[in-house]
Amino acid sequence: MPGFGIIKGLKETARNFFGSYHDPGRFVTIQYPEEKREHHENYRSFPFLVYDGDPVKGLRCVSCKICEKECPPQCIYIVPEQDGSGKLLKFPRIFDIDVSVCMGCQICVEVCPFDSIKMDQEFEVSTADRFGGLILNRSKLAKSNEYYHQIRPAEATAVDAQLAAERERQQAKAAAAKSPAPAAAATREKKP
Amino acid sequence: MTPWSTLLALAGDATGSWLAQLKNLATHPWVVNLVAMAVILGANAAFFAVITLLERKGLGRIQNRPGPNRAGPFGILQPAADGIKMITKEDIVPERADQLVHFLAPLVMLAPITLALAVLPYGPQLVAVNLDAGVLFFFAIGTAGELAAFMAGWSSRNKYSLLGAMRAIAQMISFELPLVLSTLVVIMMTGSMSLVEIVAGQGSAAWGLPGWNIFTPWGLAGFLIFLTAAAAESNRSPFDLPEGESEIIGGFMTEYSGFKYAVFFMAEYFGMFAVSGLGITLFLGGWHAPFPFLEWVPGIFWYVAKLVALVFGFIWIRGTLPRLRADQLMNFSWKFLMPLALLNFATAILWHATAGWQFPGAWLCRWLVCFGIVAGAFTGLGRAMLRRRQVGPRIYRYAS
Amino acid sequence: MQLAFTIIALLILAGATAAVALRNLVHCVLCLAVAFVGVAALFLLLGAEFVGLAQIMVYVGAVAILMVFALLLTRNADLPATGPLVSKSWLTGVSIAALVFGCLAIGILASGVGQAAPPSPQLSVRQIGEELMRNYVLPLEVLGVLLTVSMIGAVVIAMTDPKPD
Repeated sequence: MPGFGIIKGLKETARNFFGSYHDPGRFVTIQYPEEKREHHENYRSFPFLVYDGDPVKGLRCVSCKICEKECPPQCIYIVPEQDGSGKLLKFPRIFDIDVSVCMGCQICVEVCPFDSIKMDQEFEVSTADRFGGLILNRSKLAKSNEYYHQIRPAEATAVDAQLAAERERQQAKAAAAKSPAPAAAATREKKP
Repeated sequence: MTPWSTLLALAGDATGSWLAQLKNLATHPWVVNLVAMAVILGANAAFFAVITLLERKGLGRIQNRPGPNRAGPFGILQPAADGIKMITKEDIVPERADQLVHFLAPLVMLAPITLALAVLPYGPQLVAVNLDAGVLFFFAIGTAGELAAFMAGWSSRNKYSLLGAMRAIAQMISFELPLVLSTLVVIMMTGSMSLVEIVAGQGSAAWGLPGWNIFTPWGLAGFLIFLTAAAAESNRSPFDLPEGESEIIGGFMTEYSGFKYAVFFMAEYFGMFAVSGLGITLFLGGWHAPFPFLEWVPGIFWYVAKLVALVFGFIWIRGTLPRLRADQLMNFSWKFLMPLALLNFATAILWHATAGWQFPGAWLCRWLVCFGIVAGAFTGLGRAMLRRRQVGPRIYRYAS
Repeated sequence: MQLAFTIIALLILAGATAAVALRNLVHCVLCLAVAFVGVAALFLLLGAEFVGLAQIMVYVGAVAILMVFALLLTRNADLPATGPLVSKSWLTGVSIAALVFGCLAIGILASGVGQAAPPSPQLSVRQIGEELMRNYVLPLEVLGVLLTVSMIGAVVIAMTDPKPD
């Protein structure tokens, strides 16, 4: 008989209506400011800079500008630090990211050779100042390695292990270079 | 006589004369009318505020959401927040719009509906205007809504507005016929067009049962037809094509914002209250209690209870059914509701003709025969409407 | 009564004049609807409830909407007309209008309007219905058939559809 489909539908919605009162498991809504959704570890929002130890001197960034060049929407701006004679130092004086332009593509993270830029999980960055408030400068971007461990434990551990291995290799290389160093220096002196 | 009692007597005299004057003033027709207007408008506006909240809550629960729960405890201040938002929003009028018609359209929409609210009997003595042709007044006034929809759609100079207005007018005209035909049955059986008399005719109850029109076969079918057509008349889902937001943005309301939009919104809900009130009056016994032993409860209580139930039914249906397509809408009105309403008319005539049957069980026999006719018509028409049509490649008459 | 009549009469006159004089066709239709409502108000003022409400239902609800639809479905209907407001054959129109007015005036004056008005009869809807169903049942049925025939004719004309071959 026609019309019974409507009654079936009405029954279903009625079940939802009453069920939502006694069965909280039915609710799909999360009451946002009070409770927040659990992130996956790979969830990402905007980039940040990792430092070890000191928030300024401990930055891993060497201002090589690879990320600035690779960034598709061109939202990174880097000026390297200079010493008195105008020689560039391996340290950013200015490191700005315009998060109103950033599209969260993670390319900067993938191209960084020093594991110094990583993706954050902070998403509540709304501001009333739409010009200044959305440009994150160096001090706002700098976050500690502990924070990195906190938001992405697995990835941060892997990065730490890799960095440690790299450092060991460097030290071994340096140690190996130290013993034949005088000879090499001597040959170099002789050459010209 | 003590001074105290003298004082009291004097005061009584003074207040007595004041009271007499006040009484004279209070029974002045102007004052009476103004009070009636204020009460009807105020009560309906308050009900409107409550219903918007209940609708959003109810729809939310139907979709397993809590609904608005931020403004105040359980969101009870949500209507106030909505109202403040609507009033303080910028009122944007398109540059090329027809300014005067654009301004008048919401008023032409709202004013007649508030007039329609005046003729409904809310209780044994609670009738603002007892018109001899109350039902006719209701429908005559309702036609202004079509003109208002056209005014809004045309004056906005927006193709979506115009399309929405065309849809609204086509829909209102198509569903007015089943609506009127379903009420005609009640008018015929009661023998009066006065809403007060129609309610009075439903009070007598046999064997302690309510004498409402819905408990007869023609009343049941008429009520269902009326409810369907009423949902379409007041642009409620699933017949909300005129403002189908996924297709034509907001229909004839596209270019309205701020308080004018709120007036349209209010008119839609007032229309729903008015048409539900008419349904209650015609089929659900108006302000009568369901059982005679409950008649001591004031009539207004029963009226409001039935109104809430009907409005909740509309909300329930809105949460259940998807929107119809334009051709389905027209087919539904002209090929299903119209013939069904006409057959219901014939059933009512049969019911009237067999009123003289005297043998035992006559009432039950009549009931079953008439119900069989209506149910058979319903099934047959529904099958015919739902029969799958041959679907073939589309032929373009002009494009190819 | 006098005041109400004056206001309503002025409203009707203004609506009718605007319906003829305005250049925008949609405005004309809306003004015509105002005039229709005014006529209905006059009926209501005279106590003819049924006729007044039927006037609103038929003229505002059906005739005005029909005109609106006709306007919307014709091309360029909302462009303001550019021709002169008064046509060249205005003399013919005025003389015909004067003739009709004269006939109506003579008819009304001959019906004894000047004398004291008889008390207006209290007509209820029931009486109208009984009159229609007893004394005037034949004209009513004939009219019904006529309207049905005209509607079927309109549908047939609209459905004329040359078969693509």
